[in-house]
Amino acid sequence: MSASQFIEHAREFMPILLQGAVVTVEVTLLSFVFSTVLGLVLALTRLSPIRALAWGGGAVINLIRGLPIIVQLFYIYFVLPDIGIQLTAFQAGVIGLGIAYSPYQAENFRAGIEAVDPGQREAALAMGMGPALIMRRVILPQAFRIALPPYGNTLVMMLKDSSLVSTITVAEMTRAGQLIASSTFQNMTVYTLVALLYLVLSLPLVAGLKKLESHLRKGARRP
Amino acid sequence: MIEIRDLHKRYGAHEVLKGVSLNVEAGQVVCLIGPSGSGKSTVLRCINGLETYEGGEIRAFGQPVDVRSPAIRQLRCRMGMVFQRFNLFAHRSVLDNVMEGPVHVLGQARGPARALALDLLDKVGLVDKAQAYPAQLSGGQQQRVAIARALAMKPEAMLFDEPTSALDPELVGDVLEVMRALAREGMTMIVVTHEMGFAREVADRVCFLHSGTIVEEGSSAQVLGAPRHARTQDFLRRVLHQPAQATLEPTP
Repeated sequence: MSASQFIEHAREFMPILLQGAVVTVEVTLLSFVFSTVLGLVLALTRLSPIRALAWGGGAVINLIRGLPIIVQLFYIYFVLPDIGIQLTAFQAGVIGLGIAYSPYQAENFRAGIEAVDPGQREAALAMGMGPALIMRRVILPQAFRIALPPYGNTLVMMLKDSSLVSTITVAEMTRAGQLIASSTFQNMTVYTLVALLYLVLSLPLVAGLKKLESHLRKGARRP
Repeated sequence: MIEIRDLHKRYGAHEVLKGVSLNVEAGQVVCLIGPSGSGKSTVLRCINGLETYEGGEIRAFGQPVDVRSPAIRQLRCRMGMVFQRFNLFAHRSVLDNVMEGPVHVLGQARGPARALALDLLDKVGLVDKAQAYPAQLSGGQQQRVAIARALAMKPEAMLFDEPTSALDPELVGDVLEVMRALAREGMTMIVVTHEMGFAREVADRVCFLHSGTIVEEGSSAQVLGAPRHARTQDFLRRVLHQPAQATLEPTP
């Protein structure tokens, strides 16, 4: 295939792939936010002084972690309608990916929270803070800085794994590529473009995260 | 103001406090001295409920200190605490550290809280460091900020847990100077310390602890100048001997 042919095909496919890219970004960001909230709840549950709650949190984390993401997506999209929960493919994709990633988020956050110097909590207690205020004002901001590198890594992984929602018919970038390839047989052009587009999305993300990390490190150096 | 009666505390099988009683009146400065492991820091940490205790009673400002009661938070607001390792909030500037309590615990407006914080930072000689982060300060500077942070809550008493033990020798003086000024202003202070000079000069009363009990208690002149108990004599001999030993070491 000549370069001119490639460019000609690329011109033809790009609008559809770009539409898919928009969906990819949407799925990634929404499921990232969802998994963050869910992960935080799971982390706090796991660290709870109430033993039953801590055990329950740990059990949920292990349960979700033990299931393949695709199985979770299929379950949410194909099985939940049987018990009356109808979701669009997009909703099911965001929720499924968010749930599937929440244990990793939870373990990141837990590690970050546990890495905060215990003296910080004591100082907050000694000035009369309650547990919720200590978490919000003292522990979490510092835990977040500690957990930022793995947190950013999770975002990059979710960007790539958002392609899994193509299996439940969400028209994101990989799915768009599949559809074009199966109707034009231009596998090489299509998947090269898809791969390049993923890199265009992920590489700036990696660079941006690195920058954010070094920026946050400035104020957070330990004495 | 702070009454401790027959305090008992154990970690598993190890009994760290075996019946400590102590009465601190308003405006008094009481120094707790003793070898490490004697329980002096534990006594201090029981007073504001950072440690639980199994037996005896602690009353602060007439109220029982009970870790499980929500009232403990009000009591903690009324006594400031300064830690050996400073424990400044590493992610906040010096000014924000000092404002944190007034704004987020006492619910004061930011304007007045900021004015008070700058005032206190001026008092400890660090107003020019208001925008710095803790990691950018020396240990002595951090400890002075920690004192300002505790004072921002307008406490009625201050608890100091070995405030100069983690500092390089040349930085100790500035911190002690701030504490002296506080004592002069009539602040009620309980100070766990190895600084015998400070205890002699500032303390109204010195308590010597050894393996979980107060072995000797009295005026600083009496306990430090003419100790009656053999253990106190032995301890003071060791502590006061340290500087002499240090000068014997060859200088590079």
